[in-house]
Amino acid sequence: MAIDWQTFWLTLQLAFAVSVLLLLLGLPIAYWIAFSSWRWKFLVQAVVALPLVLPPTVLGFYVLVALGPRSPLGRWWISLTGHTLAFTFSGLVIGSVIYSLPFAVQPFAASFASVDRKLIAASATLGASRLRTFFRVVAPLSVPGLVTGAALSFAHTMGEFGVVLMVGGNIPGVTRTVSIDIYDRVQAADYAGANQTALALLVLCFVLLMIVYSFHRKASVLNSVQ
Amino acid sequence: MNAHPAIQNGVDAANPAAEARLGCRIQKRFAGQQEFAVDVSFEAATGFTILFGASGAGKTTLLDCVAGLTRPDGGRISIGGRVVFDSSSGVNLPVAERHVGYVFQSLALFPHMTAEQNVSYGLKHLPSNERRRRTTAMLQAFRIAHLGGRNVRDISGGERQRVALARTLVTDPQLLLLDEPLAALDAPTKSHIINDLQQWNRTQGIPILYVTHSREEVFALGESVIVLEAGRILRQGTPHEVMTAPLQETVAQLAGFENIFDAVVEALSPDRGTMTCRLSGDGGSTAIETPLVRGGVGTSFRIGIRAGDILLATVLPRALSARNIIPGRILSLDQRDVMISARVQCAVEMEVHLTLAARDSLQLETGREVWLVIKTHSCHLMQRAT
Repeated sequence: MAIDWQTFWLTLQLAFAVSVLLLLLGLPIAYWIAFSSWRWKFLVQAVVALPLVLPPTVLGFYVLVALGPRSPLGRWWISLTGHTLAFTFSGLVIGSVIYSLPFAVQPFAASFASVDRKLIAASATLGASRLRTFFRVVAPLSVPGLVTGAALSFAHTMGEFGVVLMVGGNIPGVTRTVSIDIYDRVQAADYAGANQTALALLVLCFVLLMIVYSFHRKASVLNSVQ
Repeated sequence: MNAHPAIQNGVDAANPAAEARLGCRIQKRFAGQQEFAVDVSFEAATGFTILFGASGAGKTTLLDCVAGLTRPDGGRISIGGRVVFDSSSGVNLPVAERHVGYVFQSLALFPHMTAEQNVSYGLKHLPSNERRRRTTAMLQAFRIAHLGGRNVRDISGGERQRVALARTLVTDPQLLLLDEPLAALDAPTKSHIINDLQQWNRTQGIPILYVTHSREEVFALGESVIVLEAGRILRQGTPHEVMTAPLQETVAQLAGFENIFDAVVEALSPDRGTMTCRLSGDGGSTAIETPLVRGGVGTSFRIGIRAGDILLATVLPRALSARNIIPGRILSLDQRDVMISARVQCAVEMEVHLTLAARDSLQLETGREVWLVIKTHSCHLMQRAT
């Protein structure tokens, strides 16, 4: 009847893992998108943005196939670990990372691209390598975008449903997330439980976004003092 | 490769044929709707070399190529004998390895750092106590030691220019590029900063390429001026050579002629070294005596007259050596700083500069009938721009 805290804990773990992975994976992709002048760059941008428009079931289906025992990736994973990636927490993380990729990469890339190119040029003329320029100039000036990207991927993962259902199924303690739990309760006519759980998720997501936007406000106040 | 700067300077001074400190030959094309190409070749010695030209003339492209921010299509760039770019041998040193200091027009100070952090940014390779020593010394040399801990957002425009210069100079560049870094400053602040910069370069002895639009800066700083137009070097020489006898209209406009008019030669007086031209404009036409240049009756020229070379009289002047006395009417009087800019309608509309005192003692006001007095040799004839 009451809120199933185990699914909340699992969902938070999933969202946290996805955010961290997207920071690691999204930063180089976003940097490349922001600064590359490759003429086919738009293809990569389109691929990154795909999860925004695809139905989660389509994405989930392909991820499931890719993780399953018939794909090279699935076979390689089985030979490594002895079990399949599908319907596991790791599989869920992989699917979620792909699904939330644009929510991280797009704010990252937008904030990198808005850093004054003259600052980057100045850093280079002062003898700094690209890596040093990134960590000392580009990243510090992109903090609001980095926070937004990380928070959006966190919140988006918290609330995802379709991909989780397709890739993870509904295994308590392994792949049952809050949104699946709510769906289950509605199916079982447990409206009170569904309501409590939904409300808890809503408040959590709202608080998260509130923190992000209040941070933005501070950052923009700071930046406007010129 | 590098002797002690002082010795190197001595050698340069004693032997003008010593290798140029900057050798630069650049070709760069920009395709697109407005195709634009830069094709220049020049050498620069120790000290200031002024790059002068309208916006879009290719000045910044030239600096970007030298700094390594833009890759030329062809050419060769050497700094103090060190080749940093050579298209024939494929040399293209990255920006960070060229040791070229570059102060941008926008300054590009790191907004999230203090003045001191900005200045020490380029000294990463040094141990921290040495880094601190050099940063402090440079902050003192540029009179900004008291600002070290302040964020660069919170200091004045002149102070920011100083931080930008200090940040660049502390890295001991072998060449300094300045893209109108002082354009936004008032004259006294500007001349203080330039003094400090010249003081600094007395011990460093590096070439400084200085981009400007300002005629005053050209005369104040330049031992050498390069005039750029549409990506090419139009003229090169001392400020006096380049700035006083313009031949091409665009140079003339840049050289500070507020008044430029179409004129047709009406009569020649070769024995007197003058000729009469007819100026035509909205208000009819008037004859004007100018120095004689090549070209027969009927030839079209442009005439440039500096606003400061024209006298205003409120009664018809007599017994005057000036040959051109033209009646007109004041259209407007605008105060600019400590100077009055008057627009006077005669056959054409002329801009005339006068002092506040002159305005007051002559009781000049809009609508007043006046006479413009222009000496023959204040009329500069130019070929029309092609």
